[in-house]
Amino acid sequence: MARKELTTTSRDNPGLKAWFGQGTPWVWLSGGAVSISMVMVIGLILLIAVRGLAHFWPAAVVEFDYVAVPGDDPVRVIGEVNRSETMTAQAMREAGFAVPDDQALVSRHLIKQGNRDVTGRDFIWYLEDGMSEWRYPADVVQIERLQWGDFFGFVRSYLIDGIAVAQGPQARAMFEEKLRETGALVEQIGRIERFDIGNVNFRMERLRLRQRGLELTVDLDPSTRAQIEAELEAEQTLLEDEYEVLEAQRQALRDEVGRFAITVETMEGRMVTIGLADIVHAWWPNDMSVPAKLSHYVGEFWKFVSGFPREANTEGGILPAIFGTVLMVLIMSVVVTPFGVLAAIYLREYAKQGPLVRTIRISVNNLAGVPSIVFGVFGLGFFVYFLGGTIDQTFYAEALPSPTFGSPAIIWASLTLALLTLPVVIVSTEEGLARIPSAIREGSLALGATKAETLWRTVVPLAAPGMMTGLILAVARAAGEVAPLMLVGVVKLAPSLPVDGNPPFLHLDRAFMHLGFHIFDVGFQSPNVEAGRPLVYATALILVLIIIVLNLTAITIRNHLREKYKSESD
Amino acid sequence: MTERNEPITHGMSGALPDSGGERLKLSRQKPCIEVDKLNLFYGSTQALKSISLTIPEKRVTAFIGPSGCGKSTLLRCCNRMNDLIDTCRIEGEIRLDGQNIYAPTIDVAELRRKVGMVFQKPNPFPKSIYENVAYGLRIQGVKDRRVLDEVVEKSLRRAALWDEVKDRLDANAFSLSGGQQQRLVIARAIAIEPEVILLDEPASALDPISTAKIEELIFELKEEFTIVIVTHNMQQAARVSDFTAYLYLGELVEYDDTVTIFTNPKQQATEDYITGRYG
Repeated sequence: MARKELTTTSRDNPGLKAWFGQGTPWVWLSGGAVSISMVMVIGLILLIAVRGLAHFWPAAVVEFDYVAVPGDDPVRVIGEVNRSETMTAQAMREAGFAVPDDQALVSRHLIKQGNRDVTGRDFIWYLEDGMSEWRYPADVVQIERLQWGDFFGFVRSYLIDGIAVAQGPQARAMFEEKLRETGALVEQIGRIERFDIGNVNFRMERLRLRQRGLELTVDLDPSTRAQIEAELEAEQTLLEDEYEVLEAQRQALRDEVGRFAITVETMEGRMVTIGLADIVHAWWPNDMSVPAKLSHYVGEFWKFVSGFPREANTEGGILPAIFGTVLMVLIMSVVVTPFGVLAAIYLREYAKQGPLVRTIRISVNNLAGVPSIVFGVFGLGFFVYFLGGTIDQTFYAEALPSPTFGSPAIIWASLTLALLTLPVVIVSTEEGLARIPSAIREGSLALGATKAETLWRTVVPLAAPGMMTGLILAVARAAGEVAPLMLVGVVKLAPSLPVDGNPPFLHLDRAFMHLGFHIFDVGFQSPNVEAGRPLVYATALILVLIIIVLNLTAITIRNHLREKYKSESD
Repeated sequence: MTERNEPITHGMSGALPDSGGERLKLSRQKPCIEVDKLNLFYGSTQALKSISLTIPEKRVTAFIGPSGCGKSTLLRCCNRMNDLIDTCRIEGEIRLDGQNIYAPTIDVAELRRKVGMVFQKPNPFPKSIYENVAYGLRIQGVKDRRVLDEVVEKSLRRAALWDEVKDRLDANAFSLSGGQQQRLVIARAIAIEPEVILLDEPASALDPISTAKIEELIFELKEEFTIVIVTHNMQQAARVSDFTAYLYLGELVEYDDTVTIFTNPKQQATEDYITGRYG
């Protein structure tokens, strides 16, 4: 009997068909797909990280003389080079720049020259052809102010009570020293304004509502009414006194800080006086060692993360937005987890599997595909207007017509997102429940446990990792969602955080700030696009980091649960 | 231990009790479970056909028969585990101590506390060894740590597992070997002091040494519990059981004391199956 030989392929020429047959192309294809995904993810994070983090580095400040039209007198320009690009000469001519006819390409630089209050524009393009050599004067100072953005110039004198007490380098030294003191005072003023006076105002508002509530109560005998009125009035007097004290304190601090000022020479040679009360921070970027720059960098980054926004969000920090995002995601998780888990348990364990349950399951899955803005519209109509409106009429009638819960608020945003992410949690939990071997259920039932006892003692703990997976997906989706939030709770600038020291401490009826919306606002809605641009990247980076941290936390918990309920012997 | 059949490592013939020894008479036993004209349907297929038999108290009764003959189904009827199957329908009665367990007033959970069950594959819960054994008591609301400790130790000792696990009661039950897991599951079942223990091919997933240990254990447990065992392994049935029922295609072919079934069956079909001529 003739044996059939195994087909052999020559190593040198395997042939295309054999190559396909071995499956090599699929390995390459799938490997390629993974690599492209990796490159895109890493590229994205690198881009926002580099663009965002570079903003806080104290860049060198250049000085040059600029001739806009040949033959004009040169003008001195001081500023930070924001970015540079090369354009076609034609495009530049059309934009109104004077470019010689024989030139094809033009380089230009965007200079951040600050001093918005003096010149009106703080970012200006300059053609390279009109520039002199760049100089880096060591005594140029960059001042971050509470208003009007950065200021560039040279410190000329230091004033106390309007009288110059020092000039030149001595003024700089005295200014630097005093600034540390006044910085602390300015911070203290901020604290008094934000927290102490805010607290008094909050209590006053409460009192006003109680007075209004008293007016609305009809069936009250006159003597009691008079008594309560007197009590409220006494309280009001107390609060007013408290306010007076705080106000006086604030004024005293302001007066103290207001005594000090500096005069600064701008690039045009004008002398500008800046009070120390308006200065957040001042540094001499061309005169800093690397460690000094590093410490400046860390300080600026910290201020960004921990500070409150100023100047239409283009300056200052993003603390309220970080806080709002995290709090909203937490409230959403607290709401969506029990709801989704209970729904999944009912669908999987109790409901009779049939056409109805199948329909429900399909509907739930389709809910995940509904555009998020639709959820926003629903949230506005149902939660804000209907639920919130009803709550206001029932419990907060004294505050009407101004709404308490009947306006966009963090609780409604969280509930809307909970609705949005509900399908994810239901589906994952159902999958988790389906994975539990029937032997475990039977074992529990055979020991005399009822179905409910079996569920809560054995099945649900085992399905916990599946639930966590659902929660992870829900958090990832919710933290990045912006569109529906704009309708149900997110605002450009929230006057106060949803958590503070006033009872009941957690104010679910307040509107809040959100990183996603902050990005949109700073990037596209702000009057000063150039100033906002790096903040867009930095904020995006923080948002990504927060989502990563939230996810890592959830994943750690899930792995811990998996380890705890490990059901394999090996 | 006086009634001990024979060392279990012997072959089938050696495992049989001496034919000269005292035979257990089925009719003289005190009944524990009485199955009365039981018909069981899965949808439209009938899986058990008018089965009637009496399972005696504090004895080991084995159900044998080829795959699909309904022996596991019959076993699962005894603690109503078949209730979990939606399409399953039952006619007839099963009485436990004279009470029909299919009566509508019966609390199934309470029934299952009286009739415990051990499955083919060890199915410990993914909890600690201690919690596995304490599970049944915790369900009943026992919280007293001293009571729990006592019952856990006692049950593990009766399941001959105590010495192997006493130093690691907090370890995950899955860290035990397959045979140990099966004994843990038995300990879990006896911790709630049932009257009857149903064993559904308890050793079929285990190696010979673990099997031997389980069989030894069954032998000791019958002092206190009524035991019903389903097995594929005829030597095992011969070794451990006092009475044997042979089922075929949903019908009870023959039911008698084990010695009779294995040495002098009345039905040809039984003899064919036992001697391996079946099929």
